[in-house]
Amino acid sequence: MRVVRLDREDDFDGWRSAARSLAGEGVAPEDIVWQIGDRAADLFADESLGAPPIASARPGASAAPLRVSRQFLELARDAALHSEPERFSLLYILLLRLLDQPQALQDAADPLIRRIEGLARNVRRDSHKMHAFVRFRELADDGGKRFVAWFEPDHHILRANAGFFVDRFTNMRWSILTPRGALHWDGAMLAEGPPASRTDAPGGDPVEAVWKAYYSAIFNPARVMPQAMLKEMPRKYWKNMPETALVPSLIAGARKRELAMIDQARGEPHGKTQRSGPDALVLLAEEAQECRRCPLWKPATQTVFGEGPHDAEIMIVGEQPGDNEDLAGRVFVGPAGAVFDRAMAAAGIDRARTYITNAVKHFKFEPRGKRRIHARPGSGEIEACRWWVEQERAIVRPRLVIAMGATAARSLTGRTVTVGRERGGAVVLPDGTPCWITIHPSYLLRLPPEADADAEFARYAADLHRAAESLAIAG
Amino acid sequence: MPALEIAEKLSILADAAKYDASCSSSGVKKRDSRDGKGIGSTLGGGGICHAYAPDGRCISLLKVLLTNSCIFDCHYCINRKSSNVRRARFTAQEVVDLTLDFYRRNYIEGLFLSSGIIRSPDYTMEQIVEVARSLREDHDFRGYIHLKTIPDADPVLIAAAGRHADRVSINVELPTASGLQRLAPEKSQARIEGAMGTMRSAIEDGADARQRFRSAPSFAPAGQSTQMIVGADAATDRDIVSRAASLYERFDLKRVYYSAFSPIPDASTVLPLRRPPLMREHRLYQSDWLIRFYQYAPQEVSAAADPATGMLPLDIDPKLAWALRFRDRFPIDVNRAPREMLLRIPGLGIKAVDAIVAARRWRTLRLDDVARMTVSVKKLRPFIVTADWRPGALIDRADLRALVTPPATQLELFAA
Repeated sequence: MRVVRLDREDDFDGWRSAARSLAGEGVAPEDIVWQIGDRAADLFADESLGAPPIASARPGASAAPLRVSRQFLELARDAALHSEPERFSLLYILLLRLLDQPQALQDAADPLIRRIEGLARNVRRDSHKMHAFVRFRELADDGGKRFVAWFEPDHHILRANAGFFVDRFTNMRWSILTPRGALHWDGAMLAEGPPASRTDAPGGDPVEAVWKAYYSAIFNPARVMPQAMLKEMPRKYWKNMPETALVPSLIAGARKRELAMIDQARGEPHGKTQRSGPDALVLLAEEAQECRRCPLWKPATQTVFGEGPHDAEIMIVGEQPGDNEDLAGRVFVGPAGAVFDRAMAAAGIDRARTYITNAVKHFKFEPRGKRRIHARPGSGEIEACRWWVEQERAIVRPRLVIAMGATAARSLTGRTVTVGRERGGAVVLPDGTPCWITIHPSYLLRLPPEADADAEFARYAADLHRAAESLAIAG
Repeated sequence: MPALEIAEKLSILADAAKYDASCSSSGVKKRDSRDGKGIGSTLGGGGICHAYAPDGRCISLLKVLLTNSCIFDCHYCINRKSSNVRRARFTAQEVVDLTLDFYRRNYIEGLFLSSGIIRSPDYTMEQIVEVARSLREDHDFRGYIHLKTIPDADPVLIAAAGRHADRVSINVELPTASGLQRLAPEKSQARIEGAMGTMRSAIEDGADARQRFRSAPSFAPAGQSTQMIVGADAATDRDIVSRAASLYERFDLKRVYYSAFSPIPDASTVLPLRRPPLMREHRLYQSDWLIRFYQYAPQEVSAAADPATGMLPLDIDPKLAWALRFRDRFPIDVNRAPREMLLRIPGLGIKAVDAIVAARRWRTLRLDDVARMTVSVKKLRPFIVTADWRPGALIDRADLRALVTPPATQLELFAA
């Protein structure tokens, strides 16, 4: 049994020179005990290897220095800092394998290589988090300002990361205290100190209050994602980061703040901001002229947007513009529009006081000779155009919506509605607005000859009337 | 305005800055303070996130506005003229001190400074440049500086900004010109893009001069970036992906950031009240990733969107969506396929692909080997062939989407 005594937990150079000579001698991994400092690792060790001979004792082995790739050295340098007690032994096993098969490191599927890469990865992450999460606190002593941090790394990374802090804070006096040792920089020289405890570091810094103010303000309460935060900033680091004390209250307050903003926006009276109600609709309609959300814009003449007062109490949604509407650029001006107007009059609703729009804002058709035959919009087109309907509804904020036909009902409710079964009644939309369902007026233009056209018309008008009446009852 | 305490002003001016998504401190060459008089260093490659907010976002820079007063009235913006938020203003000196105080305590990598427009674009830009100048020249600060530049400011000021900053950015604000017209009536797409074009030439000239003369001053070595707001105008994911691709190409941008429109206090009534699902923003970032690192053409990412609505699926990532739409490209033999095909396999990241390419020179990969190199082999199985595995008819199954769709997990506390 050979005992190799390494100076320190992070004594990579000691491992390297010992491993080089042991490998040269051909010593098997199971015959070596790697010991840190004077701590006895194995009571039965029979030989101590203080300064290992460089020359090779293996018969037939060449005297040339052993060569390994730079990639291995980089990997080993990181992995050697891990707190895993087996790390030096694992690295030695890998070294022997690489001397036989110099390219074996490329085999990322090999279990030993995966394991050592895992160690190196943990060490790199620990270093990265140290660069990120060390928090200095200011002290004043005889020499002026001094900055002191308390940090608890998982691995033996302190010394390896001194360069980072010297590079960055060259003209500052600082100390980093850890349970494994300390670093002190006086602006010119780096000194090492014994393991420290938390109480050796200052307990606070007035700038922390400003930093906490920043941390609270930069957080967007409209988007709370604690999992994403925890993935990169696990709780084990929190105790040494002053800002993390705010996290629970920020999360708890977030939803409330977002709802308050929405309520405030809803409750805002029209006309207070520069462009409210009427302008908002005009601007929205202008933007809609450029809509390319689905391919229907290509063959159509123009976007046919909704019409009506910006503060209408009733919003009526149809299916899509027809041939006449497409040319005129206005809703419900064709034959179905005529039926609609008659029914509105019969129901006692003033068209001029309602906001009227369509679920789909471009005319979908199939050319048949010189005529353009109406084609039913698909669910994708309804979905694409729903964005506009939602914007219109958000601006007008009607107290009641009437969906005429299955397309409108789908657009508003987001589900397939069987109009025949649900007409004459209301469903409540997620925001609380009642949505009444009835037929589309074009249905009355396509009735089979045996149907009672007058009765169907009366029923349609009655649906509209009942909807409007519900508003009066609701007050 | 009464004199506010620094912390109080910071609360207002950081709150106003948080709708800028960028907090990156990457893209600069390594530098340190060893031969300097001040402090500060940058790493080659990526930056450092010094903290994470409960919104999951990285805090790398002190991100503040110089002032949140503004003469513009952009509807999506919390700082617009007609908003009645509290206003505050920092002096250049206060921002300099704050940056150094935070930097010394290792809270940040540097500064990201932007501002509302007060008096005139030139006046505002002068103040922004003064902060950067003082940090660099008076304090020899070598940390990261990102300056938001104002499209209409004097080119001399923009040039000064580029000399002091690592990165400069101009926000395009909205993906469509019609959306910009509606929501930011005082801004124009032509002027914004004109400024980005000028910036591109200045950055290229700077890099060019540095190659010829080592003493030439550097000009925004980390390049320029931009941001657009998602969900406030009618743009679909397909529109956004192609707009971003065209911006990358024309202005040689380092990054395009997306910011899901979120309700702001005292919102204008022109704006939608509902925010888009945050997942939408995430899917757009993923598609950005596919273009920048996975060698997808922008049209290919667009093809992953629903043909009718132009939207990327929310429940699966765009790479998986693409694979499900183009199943004839699969399964892919991990032992033979070229690297660019391996990159198309859903669930395989760049590291895993490189590990496979290296490992297969040493052994013929079996499913177990692939499993060791990836997070979850279950998701990949339908799309790959290994020495001991063929998906058979799995790839053609109608319910494949359901098989590979991850179960709905709670990604955000309050899903829209």
